[in-house]
Parts: sequence; C-alpha cells; structure tokens
Amino acid sequence: MSALLARYAECIFWMARYMERAENLARILDVHETFARDTRGSKDWTAIVQLNADTARFKELYPSATAENVTNFYILDGQNPTSIISAVGYARENARQLRPLISTEMWTQLNVFHNWLHTLGPTDIALHNLPRLCGKLKEACQTHTGITEGTFYRDQGWYFYQLGKYLERADQTTRLLDIKYHTLLPSTADVGSPIDISQWSALLRSAAAYHAFRRVHPRGMTPASVAGFLLFNDSFPRSVVVCTRQVDQLLTRLKSKYRLRRGSIAMECVDEIQAALDAHGIEQVIAQGLHEYLDWLQLRFAEVSGHIAVAYFGLDQTAAA
Amino acid sequence: MDSLGSGVGMLLAAYDQNGFYDELFGSRDIPATHTEAIRRRLAALDFADLRRRAQDAERELYNLGITFLVYSDAKAIDRILPFDVIPRVISAREWAQLEAGVQQRVAALNLFLWDVYHDQKIIKDGVVPADLVFGNPNYRPQMVGIDVPFGTYIHIMGVDLVRDDAGVFRVLEDNGRVPSGVSYVVENRHMMLRAFPDLMSDVDIRPVENYGVKLLEAMCEIAPGNVKEPQVVLLSPGPYNSAYFEHIFLAREMGVPLVEGRDLVVVDDKVFMKTTNGLSRVDSIYRRVGDDFLDPLAFNPESALGVPGIFESYRKGNVALANAIGTGVADDKAVYAYVPRMIKYYLDQDPIIPNVETHICREAEGLKYTLDNLDKLVVKPVGEAGGYGITIGPRASAAELEVCRQKLLADPANYISQPMVPLSVCPTLVEGTIEPRHVDLRPFAITAKDTWVLPGGLSRVALKRGTLIVNSSQGGGSKDTWVLASDPPGGD
Repeated sequence: MSALLARYAECIFWMARYMERAENLARILDVHETFARDTRGSKDWTAIVQLNADTARFKELYPSATAENVTNFYILDGQNPTSIISAVGYARENARQLRPLISTEMWTQLNVFHNWLHTLGPTDIALHNLPRLCGKLKEACQTHTGITEGTFYRDQGWYFYQLGKYLERADQTTRLLDIKYHTLLPSTADVGSPIDISQWSALLRSAAAYHAFRRVHPRGMTPASVAGFLLFNDSFPRSVVVCTRQVDQLLTRLKSKYRLRRGSIAMECVDEIQAALDAHGIEQVIAQGLHEYLDWLQLRFAEVSGHIAVAYFGLDQTAAA
Repeated sequence: MDSLGSGVGMLLAAYDQNGFYDELFGSRDIPATHTEAIRRRLAALDFADLRRRAQDAERELYNLGITFLVYSDAKAIDRILPFDVIPRVISAREWAQLEAGVQQRVAALNLFLWDVYHDQKIIKDGVVPADLVFGNPNYRPQMVGIDVPFGTYIHIMGVDLVRDDAGVFRVLEDNGRVPSGVSYVVENRHMMLRAFPDLMSDVDIRPVENYGVKLLEAMCEIAPGNVKEPQVVLLSPGPYNSAYFEHIFLAREMGVPLVEGRDLVVVDDKVFMKTTNGLSRVDSIYRRVGDDFLDPLAFNPESALGVPGIFESYRKGNVALANAIGTGVADDKAVYAYVPRMIKYYLDQDPIIPNVETHICREAEGLKYTLDNLDKLVVKPVGEAGGYGITIGPRASAAELEVCRQKLLADPANYISQPMVPLSVCPTLVEGTIEPRHVDLRPFAITAKDTWVLPGGLSRVALKRGTLIVNSSQGGGSKDTWVLASDPPGGD
C-alpha cells in the first residue's frame, strides 16, 4: 500500500472543504431575496453577513449592508477570505499542489472555474443576474463533485477528500440553521405567520431540502420540524446526522483499511457528537436553546478537524518512525 | 508553388527567411529536403483554420494550467509559455549527430566533475585554471572525496544549442544544475497531436512521452543499496517557483510524490517523508532545489526550503540526489569555454558539436579582444541565467556599450563574450501572417549508468521580430520539435 504524503492529505481535505463551502455560500445567496426580507418586507442583508461571523470584517470594507455590497463581499471580494472567489482560489491552490494525485480533469475544471470567476464584474452580480450566477456557481461546484466522484483514484486521498467534504457540510448546515434561527428568532406574534413560513421554506430550499422535507412532512411546516429535519434526518445528504455518520465511517475505514494508527482522538470526538445527536429530539433542543446547541456542534466539528490535522497532517512528526 | 492552397500557401510563398538558415527550408546551399512532405501539408492548411487551431491550443494550455510564474513589479503573474503551432523538424541524420554530441558532452562533464572532486588532474595538468574551479561560487568543497554512483553527477542535463547561418549546430550553454523546460517538450507534442492530427499522420516522428519513465529508471538505478523498490520523490521549492508546473508534470509522469522541504525529515542520517501514517523512508530524490537551498546545515543557513541534515545523509550514501551537489562548477559560462579541451583531455575526441567561439575576459587577451570589438560581440555575465544582464553589442546604443565597458573593466572575470551568432529561424505564426523567428534548441539527457537523450528537445522561439533572446522569462515561446525516425530517400 503506497503511503500518502501528510501534506497531500491536508491539501485534499482542505480542497474538499473549500469547494463545499463555496457551494453552500452560492446556495445561500441564491435564495437571498426571501432570505433577506424581514417581517416588514424590507431587505436586510446583514443577516447573511452574520453567517460566518463576518460582521466585523464586512464593516471594515464596506460602509453599509446594501445588496451590492454584500453580494460583492461574498462572491467577488478577494479581500474577504470567506468569499466564493477566495474559497475557490484556496481550493485551486490546494489542487495545484495535488496535481500529482488528482486527475487532470479535476484540476482543469477547477482551474477554468477559478479563471472564470476572475472575469466576473459588477454586472454579473447585479441583483437581476444573481439567480443565474448562483446557479452557475452551484453547478460548477457540483461539476467538481461529479468529476471527483468519477475520476479520483480511490485510495487514502479519497477518504481525506470525503472527510473534508462532510465535515464542512455538517458545519455549514449548522451555520445555515443558526443564522436563520438567530435572525428570525420568532416573536410570539410572528410564529406560524405566512412570512415566517416563507423564510423557513427558503431555508430548506437553500439546502436543496424542500422536496425531501415534503416527503417526510407532507403537511405543515414549523420551525421545529425544519430544524429537526436539517439536524436529525437520517437520509438527507446534508443533514448533520448523515454528515457526522459519514465522518465516523471514513475515520473507521482509514484505520481498518489503511492501518492509520493515529486517529483515535478524532474518532472519540466524533463518537461524542453522535451520542449527543442521538440523545435529544428537536423539541428538547429548542427548549434548551438551539443556538447554544448549534454552537456546541460547531465547536466539536472544529475539534474533530483539529484532531485530524494533528493525527494525519504531519504536524508532530519529528520523532523517529 | 501551384500545389499550395490559398491563404497559407500564399503566405509561405511570400515567406522570406532573410538570409538566415531556416529550420523548415534550410538555406540556398543546403535545402532542407527532409521537410518537403511536411511543408506540403502545412501549405494545404487554410490560414484562418491554422489561426483558429492555434488559438484553441493556447486556450487549452491555459485551462490545463500549463503555466509558469513571472515576477514583475513584485506581482506574480500566471502565464502560459506561448506555443507556436508550426513545428521545427530535425532529420534523422542530423539527430544522430546531435545525440552523439550531447552524450559526449555529458560524459566529459561528468568526468570533469569526478576529477574536480577527487584527483584534480585536469587542473594539475594545467588544462583548466585552478582558480576557475576553486574560485567558482558553485564549487562545493564538501563534495571532495564523495563517490557518486557510476561517477555520474549530472543526471539531468540540458544543452542549449543554436544553429548558425552555415547550418551548423553549436553549443551555446550547458545546464547541469536544475535544467528546466522538458515538460513543455512533452506537452507541446500532446498539443500538436490534438490540434494537428492531419499534419502528423503518417509522419514517423520519434516519440517523447517516455521521458518520465526514463527519468524514474535513472532515479531507481542510482538509489543506494539493494532496495527492491526504491522510494523516489521529487523535491520542489513549492508553488511559488516559476517552474512549479514542470515539477508537477514530472512527479505525475513518474508517479512519485512531489515533496517540499517541510515534507522531509532526516533521522539518524536517513531521509524520511512525513505521511499520514508517520515517517516513511526515501531513497532517491530528484531535486529541483539549488545546492544553496538544499540543506541549511551544510550550505546556506538562511534557507527555509531545504532539509536539515540531508547532505550528511547523502554523504553517507543513504540517499541519492539528482543532480549531484556541486555540478554548477561545470556549467558555468566561463568553464564552458574549456569544455572542448575537456573532451579532448578525458575522451581523446574532438567535440561532435562545437562551441560558439568564446572569449574569456578574465584572460588579458580575451578582455582586450572584447573591449576592442564590443560593438560586434555579445557580452554575458557568467553567473546569470535566463538571459539577464546580457549586452548585445550590435544592438546596443553607445551609452549601453559604455556601461558594458565599465562593468567589464570593473570585474572582467565575471564576463565572457561571443560573436553574435546569426541564429537560425523557423516559420512562425504571428499577427495575421507567418514570419521567420529565431529559434534555439535545448535537448535533454538523462544519465545514470548510460546516457539517454530525449529525441528533439525544447525549441524556444523569440516571438518578437528580430530579437535573439528566446528565454521564457523574456517573452519567448516554444515549438514542437520533431525528430524524424528516418529520412525520406533522396535527401543529400
């Protein structure tokens, strides 16, 4: 079994994370209109800025949270490390170092995607063009996923790719939910009102979860049922439960199939997350504070990521073999 | 010319090689008979079609990221090496001679390096001046007495050749440290096969795609001890190196990890790479990092690119390095002038490929000649690569010549001078037409026990009208180089 260079594992993990991040961001911006509308129907773009705790950085770069500023900040602004252009740029830099490992088609698509992003200007991100642009962005990310699935050699590298993808996706789903819950924290009067429902349905759509949700909940839509679906549904590919289960399986396979000995702390940490996800229903979570729960999950995912880095990415390998 | 189609036929009909030797047409005295069939096919192409295919090819290069970094105004720009679609064609007969000439040169330089780091006979015999070797910044005293496998120091060699107006190939420069450009040779061929299958069908061209296999074989051959399947890696300075694409390319072709200094660690004088499962032994390293940056303990202590302790591991024979350390003493522009004498001294042969006539300014005679003929000569600093710091006398203004004169007087040992070689030209697609552009040729040789020469090499083309500097860092491009497997009957 050929060894995998620790740095390659790190690059591939992050390439997957950045591409997943770019896709999620495009999803959120895609449904921005509904998303940004507050209870009085006016546009409030600050909601999106809170997504990655970007408020401070945004305020440094832009005078106000207008549609133009926020879309620019999140799509084209290379100064914003959480923008799509930055994420794809980082993914490409990682891919560049991974050229000996990944397929030429993976590299070419990413390279073309990256070069295309750099040709975009204010007109492309103007409000009336935004749905079209977000569609293209999503499609480019999904093309990446598809090419990877169809061409990437299935050895250790593949497992690290999947690890990065599912960890990022789990994290993104909690953020999506958190920001929604955070900003839409329903006042008693608003709960169940039409505007509230349209926003929860937008939330589902941004995660491509609307139809899946309807299959499970043909009637009705409550904040609790939506949050419960995105957290605990065991068949939806973006739910936190499914992503966490994937991470668990991937770490187990790395140990059993490739005899990687160092992942036990990361695995313990994943066990802890899974136990927590199993322990409570959504009502109980909401009662105890959804935001605190999501916060806890995000911290745990960051911890898993950190343990993976220590275990596999060659950070402490100065001692003898 | 009635067989020529419209468009390009007309353009080729109006083509004027301006008295230079032309790679496709030859010269009045020596017509290039081996290219006749290819010329006919080229002529049959429509110009607009040629243009479109050329544009497609360049776009593909960009999409594939076959690029190099150019540093300008402190900004790094990702640029493709411009690719010209009109190939340069070398006959089987010419190639046989070039191949033998490159092998001879590599053999002599390796013998010279062995000698320099062992008995120093060539110096004691007064053939090469001592201070040229020991005063050379690329001389590595640390290498004295170290035995390298097969006596090979220069495993990968690039020889820069030019062809003069008499059609004679001459060596312009040796590259025995970390020569680059071979990736373009292979990629250019891929590109041509995709863009011009009609031009290439039934032409028996020597393949180039096995370079990676040959390189891996050599890397395994020089690996120490009796390791069954040696772990080979390619050591790169990283993504900010201008040749990073080539490092990627070669790692892929060999199927080996592309590592950086931080991926390697030396434990008990053995080299390991950091893997997901701990440390894993490395046996053979194709390093694209200069001597200075290889090992901060042995060489430049400031280097962050290197691997501390790797030299000691190498010295003890625990790891192979290609190229060996200290080869720079043999590819210096001043040492270059002595290579014909080295060939005579070690091999008792005459050079198969002659040098360009060279004046060594460190010698009083050479300096005087250079100063007296400054406006006719090309003056080169011996320590620079990439076409930097060159003064082309016939093209220089009086002020530029004066600057050059002052530099020569201040530090004569730093310069050589050569007559301006009337570089051969090759038809090249430029804005809206086909014009002659100057080309050179860099064949690549791989040596472990024996020397294998990649058929052809990198043909660099100076895309600006009239310019002689073909370096990629100075706006040059490249062409596919075809070596015919056999020459058509009836040619000279």
